[in-house]
Amino acid sequence: MLFDLRDVDCERGGTIVLRAVTASIPEGASCVAGPSGSGKSTLLRLLNRLADPDSGAVLYRGTDVRERDVLDLRREVCLVPQLPALLDGDVAANVRFGAELAGRDTDVGRVLRLAGLDDSYAGRDAGRLSVGEQQRVMLARALALEPRVLLLDEPTSALDAESTGAIEETLTELRERLDLSVVLVTHDLAQARRLADWVVRLESGRVMATGAVRDLIPA
Amino acid sequence: MTVGIDVSLGEVAASLVLVAIALAVSLRWRTGMESDYLVAVIRSFIQLTAIGYVIQAIFDEDSIALVVALIVVMVLFGAYTARGRAARVPGAFVPLLIALSLAAVATLGLVVGLGIFEPEPRYLVPVGGMVIGNAMIAAAVALDRLGDEIADQASRIEATLALGATSTQAAAPIVRRSLRSGLIPIVDSTKTTGLIFFPGTMVGMLLAGAEPIDAVRLQLVLLWTLFGAIAIATLVATNLAYRNFFTPFHQLREPSGP
Repeated sequence: MLFDLRDVDCERGGTIVLRAVTASIPEGASCVAGPSGSGKSTLLRLLNRLADPDSGAVLYRGTDVRERDVLDLRREVCLVPQLPALLDGDVAANVRFGAELAGRDTDVGRVLRLAGLDDSYAGRDAGRLSVGEQQRVMLARALALEPRVLLLDEPTSALDAESTGAIEETLTELRERLDLSVVLVTHDLAQARRLADWVVRLESGRVMATGAVRDLIPA
Repeated sequence: MTVGIDVSLGEVAASLVLVAIALAVSLRWRTGMESDYLVAVIRSFIQLTAIGYVIQAIFDEDSIALVVALIVVMVLFGAYTARGRAARVPGAFVPLLIALSLAAVATLGLVVGLGIFEPEPRYLVPVGGMVIGNAMIAAAVALDRLGDEIADQASRIEATLALGATSTQAAAPIVRRSLRSGLIPIVDSTKTTGLIFFPGTMVGMLLAGAEPIDAVRLQLVLLWTLFGAIAIATLVATNLAYRNFFTPFHQLREPSGP
């Protein structure tokens, strides 16, 4: 299994967000689906230790994430947040940022193309891009780390239908071109069906069901 | 040097006329600062009068131990006061305490070590008070900015951590801006000193009848020492305080303040 969550409890700001969550997420394309406030984003943040559970364990490929070097883990299991949060400067500097921290060179043009942007974006001011373009730059800078797993937190929640379709197309292409597992958080069951093969359904911090998308989210 | 000025209590009270004008303006524009003005005036009167008697007692005793005790109290009170300003910074008291202590020890150690001042209460008390007071203000401004920016930019910090950045790397731009906000006032006042701003020591010495060149030289010593002390305090306070926002595993802690 890619991830195993074992009896995970998590509290944020005095509120229990996840309770007794036990679930497995296999290699490939999976999603964590549920309504707003069900604990999806919190669960995603546990997978690369942006947060730790109050009790229980999170295993990545059979090893407790707490036994891994946290920085290496985050470069291997890279999270793209829900809203764009780019650094000041141009697109190229943003794309190179994480890879440079890891001491790697980046082919900026290549990762921009993987994220659905052309080379001309490299010199543009990141702060002047549209939300959809910024979201693609967020994706590009994650891809620059050459991760084995991408964690995507509602990657299209701030986008219109056209941009959503384009991002979904890019994500599908990425999976075909790169040896990459994806865990996607979404409240949109139709999107879960389009992009994922496996689903963990959450409601009020509890796992309601886990299994193949075709079984749990029928068309 | 002789002190040729004798100020009566009546003259002290008369100087409040400008505060009364400021109060009237404040009332007219409904700034809501009126009670702050009154508290500031009353506190400054009580505190300065009290410290005047304390300093007089220390001068009379001529005891270095009493000077050290007074400076310890000033550092503790300074850290406590600055912590109130930096309410959004978790555990701000200890970084501030260390920062103000270092600033006081480094400054007083330097001026005594270089032989600029004798290790006597008459010199150590006013210099210590000036250094701690200014360092407190600068450190409080820097930590106030640090707390606000980290709260406002939590999502950007976490997005940076998600790329494998350490907490130091993720916080670096905010720490730099906080340092700048703490240091800009002293840098600007040092740049403009003598042009549009006469520092207090020089004014005091001139009023007390000292030669202008003597006043300038002493002022330069104090100005540059103060500059260094403020830089030390701001650097230390900011560099220790930002760590309190993160866990040892480079995770951004949940906000705890208001």
